[in-house]
Amino acid sequence: MTVIQKKPENPIAHLTAEDIELLGKELDTIRQEVRDSLGEDDAKYIRTVIDVQRKLELGSRAVLLFSKFPPAWVLGTAGLSVAKILENMEIGHNILHGQWDWMRDPKIHSTTWEWDMASPAAQWKHSHNELHHTYTNVVGKDNDLGYGIMRVDEDQRWHPMYLAQPLWNFINACFFEYGIAAYDLELGKNLASKKRRQDPKFRAAAKQVLKKVRNQAAKDYVVHPLLSGPSFLPTLAANFTANVVRNLWSHSVIICGHFPEGVETFEKTSIEGETRGEWYVRQMLGSANISGSKAMHIMTGNLSHQVEHHLFPDLPSNRYAEIAPKVKDIFDRYGLTYHSAPLYKQVASAWHKVIRLSLPNGWLAETTPKNAPAQIVKLVRMTTGGKKVRRELMRAA
Amino acid sequence: MTATTPRPAAARTPLRDRVLKIAELVTTPLLPVDYLDLFDPLRSGAALRGRIEAVERETRDAATIVIRPGRDWLPHRPGQYVRIGIDVDGVRQWRAYSITSVLDRADGRFTITVKAIPDGKVSNHLVHRVQPGTIIQLDQATGEFCLPEQVPAKALFITAGSGITPVMGILRNHADQLTDTVLVHSSPTAEDVVFGAELRQMAAEGRIRLIEQHTDTAGMLDARSIAELVPDLHERATWACGPVGMLEALEEHWESIGAAERLYTERFRPRVLVTGEGGTITFTRNATTIEADGATPILDAAEEAGVLMPSGCRMGICFGCVLPLREGAVRDLRNGEVTTAAPGDGVLIQTCVSAAAGACDIDH
Repeated sequence: MTVIQKKPENPIAHLTAEDIELLGKELDTIRQEVRDSLGEDDAKYIRTVIDVQRKLELGSRAVLLFSKFPPAWVLGTAGLSVAKILENMEIGHNILHGQWDWMRDPKIHSTTWEWDMASPAAQWKHSHNELHHTYTNVVGKDNDLGYGIMRVDEDQRWHPMYLAQPLWNFINACFFEYGIAAYDLELGKNLASKKRRQDPKFRAAAKQVLKKVRNQAAKDYVVHPLLSGPSFLPTLAANFTANVVRNLWSHSVIICGHFPEGVETFEKTSIEGETRGEWYVRQMLGSANISGSKAMHIMTGNLSHQVEHHLFPDLPSNRYAEIAPKVKDIFDRYGLTYHSAPLYKQVASAWHKVIRLSLPNGWLAETTPKNAPAQIVKLVRMTTGGKKVRRELMRAA
Repeated sequence: MTATTPRPAAARTPLRDRVLKIAELVTTPLLPVDYLDLFDPLRSGAALRGRIEAVERETRDAATIVIRPGRDWLPHRPGQYVRIGIDVDGVRQWRAYSITSVLDRADGRFTITVKAIPDGKVSNHLVHRVQPGTIIQLDQATGEFCLPEQVPAKALFITAGSGITPVMGILRNHADQLTDTVLVHSSPTAEDVVFGAELRQMAAEGRIRLIEQHTDTAGMLDARSIAELVPDLHERATWACGPVGMLEALEEHWESIGAAERLYTERFRPRVLVTGEGGTITFTRNATTIEADGATPILDAAEEAGVLMPSGCRMGICFGCVLPLREGAVRDLRNGEVTTAAPGDGVLIQTCVSAAAGACDIDH
């Protein structure tokens, strides 16, 4: 992968400025049609999902009061995992996007909602809604690309520390909610210098996160286990498992959104003076969908329709499926590639990229069973040698 | 001198508060009420709500809605109105309606009576479409259109259309105290009279003197003809409720005979006199920016854009919608008066009767 502007074949070279403007207008029309048709059924949908989620969570936690009996543990953990996934994905993420603000229900509104997640809603809304959705896939601007800890592009110089990035990525997946909280705080940047560490704004934000984390941890790892009495430890384990399941799931869904092979990235300078149509095109090329059943779409919070979500982040998620064919039609007519594949394929593709980029450029592609020993020796030399050795070996390749 | 030391606050914390604290730890980031609402939305301690339990047709375009209020509902005073929040096409809408039931209903329910007005989103929904079982949001009853403690010996009510509804609330509840009562009511035809049968029954029993004016055939009543119909009008304490034009004419007449303090009026809608040029409105804390024209109240424009706004009577009376204008200019839709604010001023404006008159920055 390399930023679109440096590719030998630019996938949008065939589009004129007028084409792009027209495409933008077509997408605006789709958006307006949905907005105009929002009504009682949509309101009923989100209220039903919330109702089901809350009852499932209550039921699962009730079952877990008896979690020292293995069947109760399994049932309760499974139920709680699903409830936590629904709460984060189809409910929390989408409400915090303002998808349901049109209902004017103060109980279901982006300005009042708080979610079951280490990162406080307000901080997440800033880093996600404002930064990620505005600067989608712009290298150096969109921190969702590798969360600032990974090599996401061939043009980023390889360094031996990137060999560990598959491991980082896996650990990040397991504790994703804390990764997100750290990322919303811009922890790496803010801890780097004393000046930043002592900035009252950063300190206040960090305090908020700590409070949220404390409450969340107290609930799952102290209060509910205590309520379970003799089932204290099994309940603690169940809650921990449910959190990890939820984290792995949401990480997988999210990595599928922008990271599979074929999804484009963009140069910082390319978005200066970007028009609405150009913004749309960037969202179209920078996102990938997951195909699957209705249940699967709900469990991903309809982020399986990542393309539609990125085009219209504030349209209610239950409508993405119905506009997907119209959006795909626009891709086809304007000669753009609509990326969509089943979850396992997209996850594999994204992980393949993580692994490929953890190695020097071209290393994975060149390696065959026959030349493997030589390749490994080369990799070891590149890892242990200095900058100069690396440069020479790269050039030789 | 002995001094009593106040007991430390912690010791006074009732058990209830402590239990609530623990319950919050259990449900965080939600609140315990979020779960209780799933099972009993009308319970005591919940946000005030009601359940629509029946819709009784009054005329072809009016219906009485029977509501079971939540357990924290307080008894109303006859003549008062209640604000209800109801979801129409999935969008929460707030409106005020007069309470028409008697105070001591055995079933604990109360009624509002609604006349569907042309293009009225909420009134048409309530009259024609709402289903029993619907949960609505409520405020406590409010309003000053009520009889005084000392019920006057002679009373006159002047109503038109749905203006009869608060008066019906009064007539039904004060039947014993109102001994000499005249009701002048205007409506297009005899069939359109909301509570027609009941009013005529009251008249037949001699409890009120009823003067019906059917405007489709007989035209509108002006203040002078009312004075002719009710010769002792000056001696009567008078309550009027109806369209703005009628109320203004009556106010003028009562003023001219020097009896302005004996006339009480109730308006259902604000008087919109002027419209300005509109502008961009920014809600700083919501980080929302909208374009609004000069005829639309800021409250309506903001709600249309999905901003959660404080609101009340929606007609410039209750000050429930007031927000600080940090910078910019707004026009009062009732009189055209322009209010401006420079940075740091934070002038409080009533968003329900103010429209943008240029770019506005509102602290919300």
